[in-house]
Amino acid sequence: MTALLCQRCKKSTATVHVTDLVGETKELHLCEECAGEQGITIKTPVPINTLLEDFIKNQSETQELTDLTCPECGMSFVQFRQQGVLGCPNDYDAFEKVLSPLISQAQEGATHHVGRIPDQSSDTQKRQHVLLKLRRDLDDAVEREDYECAAKIRDELKELGES
Amino acid sequence: MTIDELTRHAGEWLSGRGPQSDIVVSSRIRLARNISGFPFLSRATESQRKEILRLICSTIDNTAIGPKSSFFDIEETPDLDREILVERHLISRQHAGAQGSRGVAVSDEETVAVMINEEDHLRIQSLRSGLQLQAAWEELRLLDDALERQVDYAYHSRFGYLTACPTNVGTGIRVSAMLHLPAIKLSEQLQKVFRAAKDMQVAVRGLFGEGTDAQGDFYQISNQTTLGKSEEEIIREFETVVIPGIVEYEKRARDLLVNERTSLLDDKVWRAVGLLENARAVSTEETLNLLSHLRMGINLGRLSNIDIRTVNELFLQMQPAHLQKMSGEELTSEQRGVIRADCIRKKFSNNN
Repeated sequence: MTALLCQRCKKSTATVHVTDLVGETKELHLCEECAGEQGITIKTPVPINTLLEDFIKNQSETQELTDLTCPECGMSFVQFRQQGVLGCPNDYDAFEKVLSPLISQAQEGATHHVGRIPDQSSDTQKRQHVLLKLRRDLDDAVEREDYECAAKIRDELKELGES
Repeated sequence: MTIDELTRHAGEWLSGRGPQSDIVVSSRIRLARNISGFPFLSRATESQRKEILRLICSTIDNTAIGPKSSFFDIEETPDLDREILVERHLISRQHAGAQGSRGVAVSDEETVAVMINEEDHLRIQSLRSGLQLQAAWEELRLLDDALERQVDYAYHSRFGYLTACPTNVGTGIRVSAMLHLPAIKLSEQLQKVFRAAKDMQVAVRGLFGEGTDAQGDFYQISNQTTLGKSEEEIIREFETVVIPGIVEYEKRARDLLVNERTSLLDDKVWRAVGLLENARAVSTEETLNLLSHLRMGINLGRLSNIDIRTVNELFLQMQPAHLQKMSGEELTSEQRGVIRADCIRKKFSNNN
């Protein structure tokens, strides 16, 4: 699917769609910048699903997106699109390509956290990845009824101070 | 504390004590947090949910300041009691109706509540009467610190605190205030005010949050942005720009009613008094709307023999679950209407 270009500058992607119902019905498709110059501003908080659908509509390579899957929790991009919530902390990296522009759009253009920081943030992140993987492996092992493997993973979790 | 004990009193947030409480009924701040190393709840197995619930409960128990006066396992809580927790703003309607291991820990006076396994592993809230965002934040920040010393939160160097829904990422903060806006409603200026609110990047919701009606002219105003600003900046902006802006609209609308539309104002107030004192059956919706006009009448000095706390508490006690809890039995909507009217008449004859 090709992206719709702004009718005014004919360069950027049109993300603002206006239907003028007064007088003759007119449709306008503009990029945000041109819309701003025309005095049209959109500031309504938009739900995540709407943002996501708009983003996908404007992508030329949607196949690449639908193929994305998080290696840690197994959530696919298609599932995220259906549910509107993510599966695990690692999804922020696995779906980074989609989430970065989406988050920035939902957050008045902000791209980086500037608030509180946990005391041991770098350790936390590494540990997080290890634990997520172990827990997923544990579930798989239990499902396969491979109790020997499950016991081994439980020991590893215990060693990391997690039950 | 049990649900029955909880039901006998109203939480601190309804005391009508805080600053500007004639318009700002209550202030609330909540933080969304997830425990590192676990999947978010959409991908968590039931055994992982149980583990998260157990881990957070023991963490709260180990803190000096955690909300320890009551813990409710929602799965074990009967429907009517869950509804009581919703009416008291201690859990969301979604949390009451969801599936799987989940709970809520509540402090004395109900100023702090920690929802476990709602949309995120943790939803920590602080709730205060009037405009008291600083006090709410101070309490919440200390609790967040105390929890974080014992558990690792899911955190990302660029995106900050990671949340199940990407729109909450960063600080994970939601700052909100419940405003009583009867004069704006009477003067038909709601649309104008809401448009102004949207321009300030805030959301307007009804009495019980997302997707609910503004019963009794109560509106919850809350921030939308969670990334790119510090918690303090978000709170400060909300407290010094957003809330005063809307409060100013309501004040002007109230002044106009008092000075130029006195008869209309008094008619609304005294009709409310007349109906509340004489009705023999009344619905929740009608009660809340009448109480709203009564509350406005008291705050504008049109009535003097009823105190604001009594009215605030009635807003809570006349809700369906509270009414049934007090009567000690499940009631049909028609029976509730009769009992509700009786309760209100009694309250008024005690007050006069």
